[in-house]
Amino acid sequence: MKLNTKINGKAFCLEIQPNATLMDVLRQAGMKSVKFGCGEGSCGSCAVMIDGRPRNSCITLAGCAEGAEILTVEGMGNPENPHVLQKAFVDTGSTQCGYCNPGSLIAAKALLDKNPNPTAEDVKDALDGNLCRCTGYVKRIDAVLQAAAESKKTTKSTRGKK
Amino acid sequence: MAKTAKKETPKKAAPAAKVAAVSPIPESPLFFEKPEKFNQVNHSLTKIDSMGLVCGQQKYVADIDLPNLLHIKVLGSPHAHAVIKSIDVEDARKMPGVVAVFTYKDVPRIPRTTAGQGFPEPSPYDTYLLDSKVRFVGDRVAIVAAETPEAASEACTKIKVQYQVLKAVLDPEKARDKDAPIIHDEKDCRVPIPIFYDPKHNHCSHVETAVGDVKKGFKQADVVLEKTYYPHYAQHCPIEPHICIGYLDENDRLVLRTSTQVPFHARRITAQTLGIPVKKIRVIKPRIGGGFGTKQEVLLEDVCGLVALKTRRPCVWALTRAEEFMAARTRHPMVVTIQSGVKKNGTITAISMRIISNTGAYGSHGLTVLSNCGSKVLPLYRADNIEFIGDTVYTNLPVGGAYRGYGATQAAFAMECQMDEMAEAIGMDPIKFRQMNHIKEGESSPIFKALGEGREGVDMAIGSCGLSKCITEGMKHIDWAKKYGKPGNGTKRRGLGMCCLMQGSSIPEIDMGAVFIKMNEDGSFNMLLGATDLGTGSDTVLGQIAAETIGCKLTDMLVYSSDTDMTPFDVGAYASSTTYLTGGAVINCAKKVREQIVAVAASIMGEKSEDISIDDGICYGKGRKNKVTFGQVCNYAMYEHKQFQIGAIGSHISHASPPPFSAHFAEVEVDTETGEVKLLKYVAGVDCGTAINPQLADGQTQGACMNGISFALTEEYIFDENGRMLNPNFGNYKIWSTKDMPELVTFLVPTYEKTGPYGAKSVSEISINGALPAIGNAIKNAVGIRLTRPPYTAEKVLTAMKELNKSAKVTGKAAPKAASAAKAVKAKAEKPAVKAAKAPAKSAAPVKKAKK
Repeated sequence: MKLNTKINGKAFCLEIQPNATLMDVLRQAGMKSVKFGCGEGSCGSCAVMIDGRPRNSCITLAGCAEGAEILTVEGMGNPENPHVLQKAFVDTGSTQCGYCNPGSLIAAKALLDKNPNPTAEDVKDALDGNLCRCTGYVKRIDAVLQAAAESKKTTKSTRGKK
Repeated sequence: MAKTAKKETPKKAAPAAKVAAVSPIPESPLFFEKPEKFNQVNHSLTKIDSMGLVCGQQKYVADIDLPNLLHIKVLGSPHAHAVIKSIDVEDARKMPGVVAVFTYKDVPRIPRTTAGQGFPEPSPYDTYLLDSKVRFVGDRVAIVAAETPEAASEACTKIKVQYQVLKAVLDPEKARDKDAPIIHDEKDCRVPIPIFYDPKHNHCSHVETAVGDVKKGFKQADVVLEKTYYPHYAQHCPIEPHICIGYLDENDRLVLRTSTQVPFHARRITAQTLGIPVKKIRVIKPRIGGGFGTKQEVLLEDVCGLVALKTRRPCVWALTRAEEFMAARTRHPMVVTIQSGVKKNGTITAISMRIISNTGAYGSHGLTVLSNCGSKVLPLYRADNIEFIGDTVYTNLPVGGAYRGYGATQAAFAMECQMDEMAEAIGMDPIKFRQMNHIKEGESSPIFKALGEGREGVDMAIGSCGLSKCITEGMKHIDWAKKYGKPGNGTKRRGLGMCCLMQGSSIPEIDMGAVFIKMNEDGSFNMLLGATDLGTGSDTVLGQIAAETIGCKLTDMLVYSSDTDMTPFDVGAYASSTTYLTGGAVINCAKKVREQIVAVAASIMGEKSEDISIDDGICYGKGRKNKVTFGQVCNYAMYEHKQFQIGAIGSHISHASPPPFSAHFAEVEVDTETGEVKLLKYVAGVDCGTAINPQLADGQTQGACMNGISFALTEEYIFDENGRMLNPNFGNYKIWSTKDMPELVTFLVPTYEKTGPYGAKSVSEISINGALPAIGNAIKNAVGIRLTRPPYTAEKVLTAMKELNKSAKVTGKAAPKAASAAKAVKAKAEKPAVKAAKAPAKSAAPVKKAKK
């Protein structure tokens, strides 16, 4: 069957199997940041944004994304122009093996999109579905709070310009 | 002396004894110079791969697309112990999409170990590519390669196997009983070095050593205590499960792109298993999604190699999470009995540690994890009389292996709980008791020499020890003086607990690391490492050491690890060795490169080499009158005069394994009505010498603490009566996430270790060892129960509290519920809650869904 979807702002028409997971389809389409961790929606490594909401793509049928807009970390930023969250993850040392980072960043972005002034508790709530075995989570919570503070600064300055 | 009783004559001779005569081979330095100031090391520079990682650009094993890729699935055994009477794969072979099916009849039978250790390995050769016998639930039965993963899985269900089910050994304490079934009854299993091995009695290894006379020591003691502790099964849970891709390159060589901590051992062991020369294989380690020891195991490479060679097509084998739990490796569960004698003045007169370690169906790391229980724990406290007797046994349960902490986790749990028991028995503050007994700078322990890895260890004195400061600083962070021993009297009781820890830094005079550095014409350098960054940040740390030594910035070091065709040898990422050991190799290599740069700069400027100084990529002449940049130096060497490539290779072995030290503190709240333990705060102070990158060292500590905490409180293998794990998924095997976090405080206590690169010691493993004893001691402090069978689940806490109340009633003492729990126990220190400790370790967490 055909899947018409927008991935990171670009329109795709993909030939898929009816039982294909969104994780597999995205990876085949080149979005290798979407990682397999458990295959049952427990670890969050495969999290992507579907129409602005974080979803575990390993337990989402690709067909469900018909007409949807999907965001992966490839669409959040690149090393030349990273998203404020990506930069904060780097600055705070939140990255060790990095395997869970894409999913965690998606969850963090979903939080900041909804709540630009999160408390540490809000961050813990938002990232609870993203398991990490390397870091102990301390630095990534700092990273999200730092990114929120940074975004506020930027929003203020751009608002002045408008 | 470590006993090396020999029951079987090994075919291969032991490594040649050290040659005493003068050898022309250059020696690795014993010490490294300390510079006046640090420019690159001891700075929290940005981890070099981090931006690529957060942008999803870094490539892990699975992140390449190969045409015509086959998918491998391995049929796992449904039985813990069985002989394959017949196996029929015809239906499976005929299935659409199935390309190949292999059983034990189709592959060479070569005994070897899956443990990625130095050669010859101190682990038994008891594992086969495929065998006619299965020894645990999930053991390999047959290999299927198909066009799609679905076809491969489907084909596995079509394989008809007739098993003769054998009685299984599920209790390690009964594994050596006379009537116990023999797990390795095959004729060809053996050990490759002359050490004890008695598979006919399920007896995988034996280690025994004694210092002084423990019997005499017990006589001198005012109090002798004996207690048994049961550290439990656990899985590493790297978020990336094991994965390997195999293919033949344009020269028909086998390429294995694999999630490994040990690329060079993986190459050697795969060659051995498939019976092909090492030169036919290239192992590539791309980015790795965490390992923690489970990827120090050569688990997938042989199968991918077999399929690629037989089908001549690229293939991938990726473990599912359930397979990762059941068929990858685990932490060896143990039975640790400590008998210790102590005088009222706090002198420890004797320690006897006896261990039964359960290695499961195969003996991977069976001996060395066991030896580490002694060698990484017993030297911490002074005692004139010490005894260590350890036995590793086979069972039909999941296979043990290397897991961060490597035996120290299990033994430190027992020892540090016992320290609290001893302190309580003599009425001394547990911290004061540790402070008066712990090893200090300049002191040694006979254990260092007595317990090595498969052979005698290396004698050494402690050159750096910041433990005292870890303790005093940690006490402040946890508010020990104010809070200790004040559980309160509501239904929720609070308690504090602590512990002290040590580990090692590499395996002395065994492990070797090597590095290659070459210079480029813009003044940058390629550094090729055999060492394996599996997410720790070792590429960055080693890059900082190289930049410091040469005199440039980290951003000018282009670091690459690891590829057996491209990079020099390194034993790999294990034994807390990369910073300490490979860091030494980096210095040895970078010094040679620096000398060449200085020589060229001197030639360009017409000055003497000894007058040249280097600062941030620029070479200066005498009095800084002349200068040339690194770029000019390299261009001159490449194009202008007596041309040569500026570059060098450097190796290192260490002659010591200096311990990092650490003190951990936990504050808990125990609900006396439900038994729930809430961890309120956790503090860890670590002395890792010089932290080459403090931010990364702190990250290692935080990650290790959280893993240890989760291990202590929720992680648990639940088995059915036939040895099948019932909870192989994150839904029912609970590893902690953000909402579970306590307040976590970590800090580094800098010391300077002269034998390490720029004063560094190891940091990665030590902090996983603290949570079991620190939280255990805190629970005891809160409600007076000593839990010896972790994890500390609500059910176990409640059961133990009931037992304590019962025994308190029998002895006529006040139940702890009414008065202060800590005091009630103190009053009968000689009779700790032994009964309670024997509460069955049965299912605590409800099992929602058991996988088939």
